[in-house]
Amino acid sequence: MITVENLTKTFTQSNTSVAALDDVSLEVPDGSVCGVVGTSGAGKSTLARCIALLEKPDTGAIRVDGTDLVSLEGSKLRAARRRIGVVPQGDSLLRQRTAAGNVALPLESAKVPAAQRRSRVAELLDLVGLSDKASVYPDHLSGGQRQRVAVARALAAKPSVLLADEPTSALDPATTDSVLTVLERARSELGVTVLVVTHDMAVVRRIADDVAVLEQGRVVEHGKVLDLVSEPGSRIGSTLLPETDQASVLRPDSGQQHDVVAEVVLVGFAAVGALLPEASSRFGVELSILGGGLTRLGDTPVAKFRVGLSGERSESALKWMIERDAHVRRAPVSVDGVAA
Amino acid sequence: MSDVTPWSEVLELVRPATVETIYMVLMSTLVGVVGGLPLGVWLHMTSPVGLTPKPLLHRVLGAIVDVTRSIPFVVLLVVVGSLTRLLMGQAFGSSAAIVPLAIAAVPFFARLTSNALREVDSAIVEAAVTTGASKFRIVWTVLLSEARAALVGAVGVTMLALIGYAAMAGAIAGGGLGATAILDGYNAYDDRVLYVSVVLLGVLAWGMQLLTDWVTKLVDRRRAVTNV
Ligand SMILES: Nc1ncnc2c1ncn2[C@@H]1O[C@H](COP(=O)(O)OP(=O)(O)OP(=O)(O)O)[C@@H](O)[C@H]1O
Ligand SMILES: [Mg+2]
Repeated sequence: MITVENLTKTFTQSNTSVAALDDVSLEVPDGSVCGVVGTSGAGKSTLARCIALLEKPDTGAIRVDGTDLVSLEGSKLRAARRRIGVVPQGDSLLRQRTAAGNVALPLESAKVPAAQRRSRVAELLDLVGLSDKASVYPDHLSGGQRQRVAVARALAAKPSVLLADEPTSALDPATTDSVLTVLERARSELGVTVLVVTHDMAVVRRIADDVAVLEQGRVVEHGKVLDLVSEPGSRIGSTLLPETDQASVLRPDSGQQHDVVAEVVLVGFAAVGALLPEASSRFGVELSILGGGLTRLGDTPVAKFRVGLSGERSESALKWMIERDAHVRRAPVSVDGVAA
Repeated sequence: MSDVTPWSEVLELVRPATVETIYMVLMSTLVGVVGGLPLGVWLHMTSPVGLTPKPLLHRVLGAIVDVTRSIPFVVLLVVVGSLTRLLMGQAFGSSAAIVPLAIAAVPFFARLTSNALREVDSAIVEAAVTTGASKFRIVWTVLLSEARAALVGAVGVTMLALIGYAAMAGAIAGGGLGATAILDGYNAYDDRVLYVSVVLLGVLAWGMQLLTDWVTKLVDRRRAVTNV
């Protein structure tokens, strides 16, 4: 478990000071994946570097499995670092060492005997799917392969937590997927707690259980991804959901009149698959989808639709859906009956 | 100029001189690397971008290195001459010439080392820090290992500079191709000895450069730029 309490960090440079972190508190439960998002300069890397014990915060505490690590020094600091696997932002592999040599580095730091080291390195290269690249030097690996070696290296000394700063930036979607698969395996097969900094919502959708939004050094939103998407006021929630407006431009029945227009968020297999048709038939209302779409948050299908309902019992149909945990937000209806 | 010296005699003159030059250069390079490498590492570690920044110490070390480096070698030669007499009982011959050469080589190689280490990407060093590696391990397995190509190059540059210095030292202290060129060639109006010595110095320098390039290629695992 990673616990961050009231972290502040101010950088001073030539008379101007930047509050990179301003009273940041965060908790990442055991074996979960937390995504940290935010605009450039929001303080994401600073947070990751503080937790990686590369940067000392001005105030606050950082706990990994309970103990505060901020004030550690010397050999205790080095021992603590071994419990935290780090995939730094950008290229960080030793260019004069093979993939296997890079993965072995933390094991050498931990003074693991050579024989054990070799088998552990083989295990990890297998985990990231690069067994055949063991003796290849980084310059001869692709960007995605390099990043997977970096993940394998971060996991080598069996850390309890893994930090990854923009592990998929500058990678194409397919390569991003291979890196995310590796992060997911780290969590599911090794039980590692993962904190991943990213600006890519696809990363959050794919692997994050929790998400924290940083803005000018402050956490402005933090919670479970599945909770935030159902929360009407959540900005990150609606960013993670499919757009309804874009698709509505293409809606086939733009001339049609509706009695009620609403945005409906559906979470889970059952809801996404059956709720809308069932409401339609049960209440005898005509229900047309005006926009929106389907996405996945981890393994959970999630949909956001803009729907138009026509029929006497439209209101009852909406109410029925709300009772079944659909999250409904009524859209303002314009004069011609189409949502404004 | 009277009769031309026969080739056999020229050969007899330059052969031991070549060996002496190689001996002077290799010995002083060895001392330069053994002394300059740790000094260069220390210089880098205490620098603002190093692992243990110590601004004051860094400035003092830097000043010592750069002041020694900027003393013209001829001056160093003369000043060190008396010191050499104390140290080795004599101030002449190729062994005696090694003292000023080594004194010049140490700060020279130290500066080249610290420059080479500065070029190692800080992201790579930080990644090693996060593995819980000790500073010693980081210096050894990250900094020196990653900078190996630049360091081999630095050894080459040092050797080349020392060939020039050794010629100068030899001319004053006696010994080596420099001495042969000036004493047996120039002063004796023997053009053949003079030019053969000079050509041999050039060949020696060229050979050392080739050797350096070959070793660099051997140890460097980064992708070579091809098709330029
Ligand atoms: N070493 C430093 N010295 C001075 N200012 C710094 C330093 N590191 C970060 N900052 C400042 O702190 C703020 C947060 O930087 P940080 O790198 O954490 O942003 P980020 O969210 O990771 O951005 P990006 O998405 O671009 O990586 C920025 O305003 C940055 O200029
Ligand atoms: Mg960043």
